[in-house]
Amino acid sequence: MATKQAVGDGSMSPEALRRLEALAAAARRRRRLQAWLPWLVIIGMFVIWEVAVKAFQVQQFVLPAPTDIAASMIKWWKPLLDNSWQTLMTTLIGFGLAIVFGLLLGIAIGSSTLLYHGLYPLLIGFNSVPKVAVVPILVIWFGIGTVPAVITAFLISFFPIVVNVATGIATVEPELRDVLRALGAKPTDIIRKVGLPRAMPYFFASLKIAITVAFVGSIIAETVAANKGIGHLMILASSRFDVPLVFAGLMVTAVMGVAMYVAAVAIENRTTGWAMRGQTDQQQALAGV
Amino acid sequence: MERPFVEISGVAMRYGGVEGTLALQNATLEVAKGEFIAVVGPSGCGKSTLMRLVTGLWPATAGNVVVAGQEVDGPLSIAGMAFQNPTLLPWRNIIDNVMLPLEVVEPHRRQLRSQRAMYEARAQDLLKLVGLGGFDKKFPHQLSGGMQQRASLCRALIHEPALLMLDEPFAALDIFTREDLWAVLQDVWIARRPTVILVTHDLREAAFLADRVLVMSSRPGRIIAERQVDLPRPRNLDTTYTPEFVSLVHDLREHISAARKGEEVASGH
Repeated sequence: MATKQAVGDGSMSPEALRRLEALAAAARRRRRLQAWLPWLVIIGMFVIWEVAVKAFQVQQFVLPAPTDIAASMIKWWKPLLDNSWQTLMTTLIGFGLAIVFGLLLGIAIGSSTLLYHGLYPLLIGFNSVPKVAVVPILVIWFGIGTVPAVITAFLISFFPIVVNVATGIATVEPELRDVLRALGAKPTDIIRKVGLPRAMPYFFASLKIAITVAFVGSIIAETVAANKGIGHLMILASSRFDVPLVFAGLMVTAVMGVAMYVAAVAIENRTTGWAMRGQTDQQQALAGV
Repeated sequence: MERPFVEISGVAMRYGGVEGTLALQNATLEVAKGEFIAVVGPSGCGKSTLMRLVTGLWPATAGNVVVAGQEVDGPLSIAGMAFQNPTLLPWRNIIDNVMLPLEVVEPHRRQLRSQRAMYEARAQDLLKLVGLGGFDKKFPHQLSGGMQQRASLCRALIHEPALLMLDEPFAALDIFTREDLWAVLQDVWIARRPTVILVTHDLREAAFLADRVLVMSSRPGRIIAERQVDLPRPRNLDTTYTPEFVSLVHDLREHISAARKGEEVASGH
């Protein structure tokens, strides 16, 4: 407000005003470029891809051109939509379970050193098991269908959430904890008022990783054992050598992944803006994708 | 005679087990209700340890601490604390930071929901008192260090604690801000008369604010001198140039020097 007044009452020389305006214009240009850049990069990639395929006459069943993929998308839009809806739902249910259990376990591990040391090796071991190897076991237990995909999505996205929430809570500055302890706060108060808010930036950072790997999990399970879903569709298409449709499936998956990521970033910005000071420009550019 | 509000008798504190460092030894002091005392000493003399023992953040290894007639065996809820760093919660705005103790300490905790307006008004009054009126909706990172420290002082005062513990609250500030805040703290003390224990290594600060100054030796900390400050209140910056003030600070300074020399002699062997 103060600067506006300074400009308004004419106390600034025209020269200074011009410089201020030039600076503001440069900042605006920069912001506009930041907002458009992701789109330009994506379009540029498709153009290069198209040109390369045409120039080197790559066979369609090796690498289809983006236009072929688009044509396939239009031709098969109904099954693509059906199956991606199935995959999206499967992934979101698994992801939702991962959030609930990840938060609970993360809080427990982060606030107790005993639990931390007790459970961490088991968790790491669990996370090191390739999830592809788990799917057949899940099929034996639950049969072919949605359940193994949900569980795989859950298993793969669970770990980053637990680790991040636990780290956020375990690294609360002792001074902040003392502020509450000196008031006679109970341990649950300390977790609620300091631990959890402090862990939120970590939690959201983990959500961005978890949502993308959750797609990986559900699609892996679908390619192995399912009768619906994008993974299943891609396996069917590749068995018929319909490579453009396989790529169409990949594209749809990527779009869903980016959409969920953007949603996570938007929620993050709303809830943990305090941790992002100074980076808000970058964050807005990302959210503007 | 009334029983002292804070009684510390024969308190010792050793870190890291039997072989650990002895930080505090045979500390004995009494503070009357409504008195303002300052504890000064060279760095590492166990001043902050003393503070933590009195508020029950740590248990003492020997001796006992009695506050308001009750043995201290856990964190006290009648105490307000301010530390060297503002330690505000970065995700809360200033007024929510100041009101944090009300969400924890009884009976405010129970009444906060129903009497929110009254408590908010109280917080606003405090913020005005320390010169932060109109900054209530700002976040800590939008404020300077001195302003954050003022807010931290408000947080220590909001639940009207009978005992105010200040652990070098102004040490990280520049001298002008510090002198401002001395005056603010003195105003608050005159208005509400809490019992205050101020730990500091700034001798002028101790002499300006306190009724009584205690000097501690270097580690293991013991109380080696005690000076009554009889300067009239309210004191202002002019007070700090009076001969009485200057000679008091000089006297304290000599005790500290002696304490530090003692340390050198001890480590020379």
